[in-house]
Amino acid sequence: MLKTSPFHPRTSPLVRAQTWRRWAGYQMASAYDPHPDREYAAIRNAAALIDVSALYKYRITGRDAMRLLDRTITRDMTKLKPGQVYYTPWCDGEGKVVDDGTVTRLDESSYRLTSADSSLRWLHLNAAGMSAGIEDLSERVGALSLQGPLSRAILSKVAATDMAALKYFRFVDTTIAGIPVGLSRTGYTGDLGYEIWVEADRAVALWDALAEAGKPYGLTPAGIWALDIARIEAGLIMMDVDYFSSHHALTEARKSSPYEINLGWAVSAGKGPFNGRRALAAERARGPAWGFVGLEIEWESFERLFARHGLPPQISNVAWRSSAPVYDAGRQVGYATSGCWSPLLKKSLALAHLRAPHFAPGTQVELEITVEHRRERAIAAVRKLPFFDPERKKA
Amino acid sequence: MSERYDAIVIGGGHNGLVAAAYLARGGRKTLVLERRHVLGGASVTEEIFPGFKYTVFSYVVSLLRPEIIRDLDLPAHGLQILPLESTVTPMDNGDYLAGWADPDETRRELCRHSPRDADAAVVFGRLMHHMAMAVKPILGMLPPDPTSLSPGDLAGLLKLGGHFRSLGAERFHALHKLMTMSSADYLDEWFEFGPLKATKSASGIIGTFLGPRSPGTAYVLLHHYMGELDGAFRAWGFQKGGTGAISESIASAARAQGVTIRTNAAVERVLVRNGQATGVVLEGGEEIPARTVVSGLDPRLTFTRLVEPKELPESLVDAVRRFKFRGSSGKVNLALSGLPNFTCLPGEGPHLRGAISISPSIEYLERAYDDAKYGEFSRHPYMDVVIPSMIDPGMAPPGKHVMSIFVQYAPHNLNGGWNDEKREAFGDAVVDTLARYAPNIKSLILHRQVLTPDDIERITGLTEGNIFQGELALQQLFFLRPAPQWAKYRTPIRGYWQCGAGTHPGGGIMGASGRLAANEILRTAP
Repeated sequence: MLKTSPFHPRTSPLVRAQTWRRWAGYQMASAYDPHPDREYAAIRNAAALIDVSALYKYRITGRDAMRLLDRTITRDMTKLKPGQVYYTPWCDGEGKVVDDGTVTRLDESSYRLTSADSSLRWLHLNAAGMSAGIEDLSERVGALSLQGPLSRAILSKVAATDMAALKYFRFVDTTIAGIPVGLSRTGYTGDLGYEIWVEADRAVALWDALAEAGKPYGLTPAGIWALDIARIEAGLIMMDVDYFSSHHALTEARKSSPYEINLGWAVSAGKGPFNGRRALAAERARGPAWGFVGLEIEWESFERLFARHGLPPQISNVAWRSSAPVYDAGRQVGYATSGCWSPLLKKSLALAHLRAPHFAPGTQVELEITVEHRRERAIAAVRKLPFFDPERKKA
Repeated sequence: MSERYDAIVIGGGHNGLVAAAYLARGGRKTLVLERRHVLGGASVTEEIFPGFKYTVFSYVVSLLRPEIIRDLDLPAHGLQILPLESTVTPMDNGDYLAGWADPDETRRELCRHSPRDADAAVVFGRLMHHMAMAVKPILGMLPPDPTSLSPGDLAGLLKLGGHFRSLGAERFHALHKLMTMSSADYLDEWFEFGPLKATKSASGIIGTFLGPRSPGTAYVLLHHYMGELDGAFRAWGFQKGGTGAISESIASAARAQGVTIRTNAAVERVLVRNGQATGVVLEGGEEIPARTVVSGLDPRLTFTRLVEPKELPESLVDAVRRFKFRGSSGKVNLALSGLPNFTCLPGEGPHLRGAISISPSIEYLERAYDDAKYGEFSRHPYMDVVIPSMIDPGMAPPGKHVMSIFVQYAPHNLNGGWNDEKREAFGDAVVDTLARYAPNIKSLILHRQVLTPDDIERITGLTEGNIFQGELALQQLFFLRPAPQWAKYRTPIRGYWQCGAGTHPGGGIMGASGRLAANEILRTAP
């Protein structure tokens, strides 16, 4: 049996076409409407409410909590202040990425780690010889992501905290309509947005309070299809879609270092010992073999491929998640792992792994697409990520 | 004398702004002069009532050419199109007909009324797709003159001939029917269910002083099917912030190309010396020199107000005088304290996020036209109703709404002429008609703006209040728009050009006229 989220009693009647999907053993909504267009528009134009309870969540406490996390992740935990959040990858001993997620310093001595994959075993392995409590909150805590330009206006109505004071990647313990919640200014859309953490038994009450407060602001429940488009525009990677966890990868070739998935910025060169430090230092010195970049498909070339068959370009309103070869001058130089039509930017986008030196912004490459049952190549240009980065995200 | 420009564009409507952006992109030092304080012409968003943003005239978007969006990177300048997913037609028996975002849902809904029409709609949709494909190349083409023997015209005609031959007999015949038939007759060949035919035929009368049974209206229907949002034909959407934000995005893109834009700068006339445009003079006397002057205004203003008709051949002046404007539509904008409750679909359902079409039958529409034919506004008009604040909450204060009602018919030549009293009577007819379907509407109205064709002309300058800068009638299209031999954006005055919707391919927030004009100027006037 797949698990259902603590918000299921509210989300379930809204999923009109029974478009559910699996996410980490949970049954989650792909979309509430048969098509995600309106849900996506809400993320970029008004506000969307997304159930992200399937994330794994751990509370880490005790004398060595900070040490444990510092040893695990690639960023410098000694610099994380109370009420601050890191987005970070973590690696195995060879510097290959195990997972990516957030670390929040809840107070002086306790932390929360969120991850795409179960991390209990890995945390315990890393905690050997340390005094740290590792508590799995995954099922006890529900999580809602409230994203979009009007998300702050909605929370200002119901959250018992000064929303203007809650900066990007900061966290606060507060209440919403009297319900105790953790509130962080984070998300997976690249937009202004927040994530709200709540005890499972208060989840439905929280949903109701937000739905009520959000109604005048066009708050719309949104599923994973809409989220997927937003996260591609924001250039945010997804484990087991854009890269394999080194714990899952069946071959060495399937593993990636942070540098190879555009997370080099999250590797602290100066910090103390941590998993993969030596390997990452060596890789930094010689330069990574792969780059993870954006591809923007040139419309004219895309249109031409369809026009040859008397067709207008076919565009899906759902993102694709499959591997597509990328060529430069006829030779394969990499592969794209996900992509979508951006309704906002009016461009066809993809996220791709490219070998050095083909990942320099502006490089012209070719992306394989299937047109009328034939493999064709559309011209695409390498772009620096993110594709979309509005000022309001951090303002 | 003011600073000299390479090109001056008269009128900051969307076509003028597009033309200016392309001219600047082509290296021309370009100035746009807009008479009003706000840019956009008939694509403006204005806060007429505090806190409520009205899409005063045009209110939805579909036809904006994708190549313009790309060339000018309009999304980076604020273009953001939100989905308009449904159309609901309330019926007189208390039922409704809905078209939803999902084609299967729409088909099941139509099945409820006519299983035969539900089948026909699929094949009809395929045909309209092919018709839009057939017309698409023409939209991006300089209209060749069929009476000319110049190599350019011959090449254009040859290309056109080849294009039509490639359509095959079936599609060519369908296209011919669309070009000549009435929308009612055309739809009768396909469908039996009255509200469906009426709602579809409504696209054929918009902006035109014709009824659904008038020949030629089938083409206007096709004109509204040609939009392609995100590669999909006939998709319509809302611009975030209203259609004024489209104009703003084009203006922003134009400025990024180096265009200077002046508002509150009404052009008195174009300066002409020895048959050559030399600049413009503003109301107030300021003269601005330029060797290229481009008018984004309609043909009447372009040829009879901005220049002396004596500068022009008699045949052109004559053709322009006979060019049909005949504004036939009005607009009612409402600020609402809450949402309307439709008897056919009570409560706050998804139908309120889309269009509500007051078009219960062809007879209803034709009767509405009958009123106008004899010089009165329709007592029970056709209405296209949208509530932009449902999908774009920023248009109204939280929990409140704006409603945009496009209304037909309101004839420009009203018996006895328009005055304040008649304007309000027209507004009352609109609200009363709507109240038949949504009885609570009157109690929700916080503010009402009523616009007749006279108001449209007074505010935007559009002659006789025609929203397309002249009707989209076959005799006024392609190489005849606005006049034979002058359909290629040039005028008999050297250096004086036209770029408004009164030129090919015409109205709607399309921008194609502005782009084609600018490209022609850049190509032929180095």
